[in-house]
Amino acid sequence: MSFQPVKFYQTGTFTVGNRLLPPEERSVQSSDKRFNSINSGHRACQGCGEALGARYAIDAAMEATNGQVIAANATGCLEVFSTPYPETSWQIPWIHSLFGNTAAVATGIAAALKVKGQTQTRVVAQGGDGGTTDIGFGCLSGMFERNDDVLYICYDNGGYMNTGVQRSSATPSAARTSTTPAVGSAPGNVFGQGKFLPAIALAHDIPYVATATVADLRDLEAKVRRAMEIRGARYIHILVPCPLGWGTAAHDTIRMARLAKETGTFPVFEAEYGEIKSVLAIRHPLPVEDYLKPQKRYAHLFGKQPKVDVIAHLQAQADRNIKRYGLLEQGTR
Amino acid sequence: MDKPFAITLDPGSSLANLTGSWRTLRPEYVDRLPPCNAACPAGENIQGWLFHAESGNYEKAWRSLVENNPMPAIMGRVCYHPCEGACNREQVDSAVGINSVERFLGDEANKHGWQFAPAAPPTGRRVLVVGSGPAGLSAAYHLTRMGHQAVIYEAGPLAGGMLRFGIPKYRLPREVLDAEIKRLTDFGVEIQLQTKVTNVLEAMKDGFDAVFLGVGAHIAKRAYIPAGDACKVLDAVAVLRDMEGESAPLLGRKVVVYGGGNTALDVARTAKRLGAEEAIIVYRRTREKMPAHHFEVEEALQEGISIKWLTTIKEAGMSEDGGDIMVEKMALDDKGFPQPTGEFERIEANSVVLALGQDADLSLLDNVPGLVVNKGMIEIDAGMMTGHPGVFAGGDMAGNERTVTVAVGHGKLAARAIDSWLRGETWVPPPRHELATFERMNPWYYSDAPKTMRPVLDIIRRQSTFDEVLGGLDETNALFEARRCMSCGNCFECDNCYGVCPDNAVIKLGPGKRFKFNLDYCKGCGICATECPCGAIKMVPEGN
Ligand SMILES: Cc1cc2nc3c(=O)[nH]c(=O)nc-3n(C[C@H](O)[C@H](O)[C@H](O)COP(=O)(O)OP(=O)(O)OC[C@H]3O[C@@H](n4cnc5c(N)ncnc54)[C@H](O)[C@@H]3O)c2cc1C
Ligand SMILES: Cc1ncc(C[n+]2csc(CCOP(=O)(O)OP(=O)(O)O)c2C)c(N)n1
Ligand code: SF4
Ligand code: SF4
Ligand SMILES: [Mg+2]
Repeated sequence: MSFQPVKFYQTGTFTVGNRLLPPEERSVQSSDKRFNSINSGHRACQGCGEALGARYAIDAAMEATNGQVIAANATGCLEVFSTPYPETSWQIPWIHSLFGNTAAVATGIAAALKVKGQTQTRVVAQGGDGGTTDIGFGCLSGMFERNDDVLYICYDNGGYMNTGVQRSSATPSAARTSTTPAVGSAPGNVFGQGKFLPAIALAHDIPYVATATVADLRDLEAKVRRAMEIRGARYIHILVPCPLGWGTAAHDTIRMARLAKETGTFPVFEAEYGEIKSVLAIRHPLPVEDYLKPQKRYAHLFGKQPKVDVIAHLQAQADRNIKRYGLLEQGTR
Repeated sequence: MDKPFAITLDPGSSLANLTGSWRTLRPEYVDRLPPCNAACPAGENIQGWLFHAESGNYEKAWRSLVENNPMPAIMGRVCYHPCEGACNREQVDSAVGINSVERFLGDEANKHGWQFAPAAPPTGRRVLVVGSGPAGLSAAYHLTRMGHQAVIYEAGPLAGGMLRFGIPKYRLPREVLDAEIKRLTDFGVEIQLQTKVTNVLEAMKDGFDAVFLGVGAHIAKRAYIPAGDACKVLDAVAVLRDMEGESAPLLGRKVVVYGGGNTALDVARTAKRLGAEEAIIVYRRTREKMPAHHFEVEEALQEGISIKWLTTIKEAGMSEDGGDIMVEKMALDDKGFPQPTGEFERIEANSVVLALGQDADLSLLDNVPGLVVNKGMIEIDAGMMTGHPGVFAGGDMAGNERTVTVAVGHGKLAARAIDSWLRGETWVPPPRHELATFERMNPWYYSDAPKTMRPVLDIIRRQSTFDEVLGGLDETNALFEARRCMSCGNCFECDNCYGVCPDNAVIKLGPGKRFKFNLDYCKGCGICATECPCGAIKMVPEGN
C-alpha cells in the first residue's frame, strides 16, 4: 500500500492540499514551488485531461528525483500541443521521437546514462493510448521484457485524439469515434476482446504496474513516487478524459475521471512483480449510466429509445472489473 | 549564429503564447453566505470562527465569534442552534456540532480569562438600556464596542433576565452566566440593579441620547381554572424565579404542569429534581403540535416526566378529598384544533403550575407618543426603532420568536441602528452574499466523519440534582468537530483550484492570502469552479 491516507483533516485526503497538514505530508501539486514541468501557454484544449495528467505525473517524478528526469515523448496531443517548433512548454530535458518508438528511445537514453555512469538521472517515456497500445506496443513490450530502467507513462484518452478522434485499441466499447461512427445496426466501437494494457504489462511480471486517474491526485503522486523508488521497467497507465473526443464539458474533465473510477469502468490499482498490491476502492458505487450519459460519444445509447442491451453490456464490463480487482472490498483507504 | 543542421530558430518558451485570449468564461473567487451563518439569529460568522478553531487557534476563533455575540458559553448551552438545522454537512453525513464547539470556545475563554479587544475611542454619547436580559446585554456590549457609554437599568436583584430567572441551572450553570456577565461589566458595560424604569422618557432625562428597551415578557398568561384549597395553582415563571431565591418553591409530591412549551418542560424537570414523585405535563394538543423542541421532550421523558397529550384541566382541588384535579380528553377536529370530548378523568395533584406563555409589561411606555403596540407586542422597524424616534426595542417584547439567540441578534442590530441614528443617519442592512447552497459545492472532497456526540449526565443524577445535563467536548473532539466544517462558500485554501488547472493559471498567494487567477493563460475551462469543494469560484461571461 503506497498511499497512506492522511488522518482526518477537515476534508480528509481528497483535496489537492490542506493548510492544516505538515508540509512533508502535502502533495507536490499543492506547493507553490512545484516544477510546472509543462508550463502555461501550451495549446491543449480547454480542460484537457492529458495536459493535467502529464503535469501531475512529471512534477511528481521531478520531485522524487530531485529534478533528475529526462523524458522521451511519442507523437500525439501531448507532444503537439506542448512543442510546436521552435517553442516548448517543457521545462525539463525532453525529446520527441516518433509515434511508435518512444519506449525504444527511452531505453537508449537509459543505456547511454548507464554507460556514462549517470544513473541518478532517470528516464521517463510517455505517450498517448494510440502510441502505446497500438503502434508503440512492440517497442514497449520489448522494454518490459528486457526490464529496461524506464518508467513508461501512458495517457489514455481512449482514441487518436490528435488526428481527429480515431479509434484506438484502447477506445472503449460502444464509443463513437470518427472511425466508429454512430450509424448502422451496431453503432460505435465494437465489443471486441478488449486490450487493457495494464493487464498485459502485469503479465510481463515487471517490477511495477499501476493505473491512476486525474481525479485522485494523491494516489497518482504516490504511484509515481513509488515507481521512482524502483529500478527496472515500470508502467503507469493514467486515464485522462478528453473533452473534445468524449464530447464532455471542459469543466467536467476531473468529474468524468472520477465517474469512470466510481462506476468500476476504469479500475485503479497497483501491482509489483505481477502481483496486485492494492486497489483504490470505490467510495460511492454508481451505475455506468452516470458515467456514460454526460459523454456525447455515447449519445446514441440514450436517444428516445435507450439501448438498454448495450448499456447492460457496459455495466457487465464494469461489474467484471469490480469483481476481478475487488474494487468494493480492498483498497488503500 | 551557429545552429545545428536544419535548425533555424532559437528554442522559445510557450509563455509567449497567451492562451487567455481563448476564454469566453472567466473564473472569479467569491464569498458566499454559508447556510449556518444565514440561519443564525445572532448573525454569527460561524464558518469564519470555525476556520480558526480548525487550526487549533481557539483564542482567535473566540475573538472572531464575539464580534457578533459576546456570550458563547451561554449560547453553547441554551441556543436551539438553527445553524445546525441548516448545515450543509447534514447532506453528507450529519450536521457540524456547531453549538458544542461554540460552548467549548466559551468555556476556554472563561478558563483562560480572555477579555474583549479594546473598544473604540469614547464618542461621548450615552445610551440607556432597559433590562439586562440577553437583548439588553447584547445591545450594551455592541454600543460599548462602538465607543458609546451604555448603562443598563435592571429592575431585578441580579443581571441576566430569563437566563437567570427562567432557564434552570441544569441547563445553564450560574458560574457560566456570571463569568460572561462579568466580562461585559469589566469591558465597561454599566449595570444598575434594582432600578426599575416606570417611565422611559423620564428615565432618559438622566443624560441619555437614546434608549434600547429589552424588558422581556414576564407576565404569565392565565387560564381560568376553578380551584380549591387543597391544590395550589402557581405560574411557571414565578416558580422558576423562586428557584433563584433563598428557599425552593413548595410544589408537593405530585405536580401537574399545564402547557406544551419549553417552559412547561423546564418546570416539570425542576419539580422532579426538587423531589416530586410524579411530574405530569398536561397539554391540549398532540406531541407534533407541541412548541417545545423535540430533544427537550426526549430528555424530559428520559427523566421520568410523563406527558398527557390532548388533555385540558377543568378544575383543581375541588373534589372531596382535595388533592387531585379533573382533566378532560380532547380530540382534534378536521382543522386540527382540539375539541372537548366530554370524557373526564381525575389525576392526583398537590399543585398545578401554569406554563401558558407570557405577555410583556409595557407600562413603562404608557405616555410615549408615536408608539404602536400590536397584540401586546411593540412594533419596530427594520432598524429596531419604535414609532418614537430614539426609542429602540428588541428581544421577547418585540418579536414572536422568543429565544435567547433572537434577543442577542436584536441587541446587535439595535446597537448598529442606534449608532447610525446618533450620527443622524439611517441604518441600512448591508447587502447579503448569495447563499452557499449544497448544489454549488463539490462534496466529493469531504471524507466521511460523523458528528461527535456530547456526553450526557447519567439518569440518576439528572433526577435528583441540578448538575448540568449536557457535557462539553474536550480539546481533541472539539478540534475534530470544527474540522468537519466544509467551509461552505468560502475559500479554505485547500489548493484544489491551484492543483487542477491544466494551464497553471492559478497563482498561490501564500497562507491566509488565498489565490489569484492568471488571466494571461486561463482558457476558461472552469475545472477549478467545478472542483472547488466549497463553491467559492464562479464562472462569469467574458465581456467583449
Ligand atoms: C423557562 C424558560 C426557558 C427558556 N429556555 C430557553 C432556551 O433554552 N433557549 C432559548 O434560546 N431561549 C429560552 N427561553 C427564552 C429566552 O429566555 C428569552 O427569549 C430571552 O431571555 C429574552 O430575552 P430578553 O432580553 O428579551 O428578555 P429577558 O431575558 O426576559 O430580560 C428582561 C429583563 O428586563 C428586566 N426588566 C423588565 N422590566 C423592566 C423595567 N421596567 N425596568 C428595568 N428592568 C426591567 C427584567 O427584570 C429582565 O431582567 C426560555 C424562557 C423561559 C421562560
Ligand atoms: C507513424 C505515424 N502514423 C501516424 C501518425 C499521425 N498521428 C499523429 S498523433 C496520432 C494519434 C495519437 O493518438 P494517441 O497516441 O492516442 O495520442 P493522443 O493524441 O490521443 O493524446 C497520429 C495517428 C504519425 N505521427 N506517425
Ligand atoms: S484533443 Fe483532447 S487530449 Fe488533445 S489537447 Fe484537446 S483535450 Fe487534450
Ligand atoms: S459545513 Fe460549516 S460552513 Fe457549511 S453550513 Fe455547516 S458549519 Fe456552516
Ligand atoms: Mg489518445
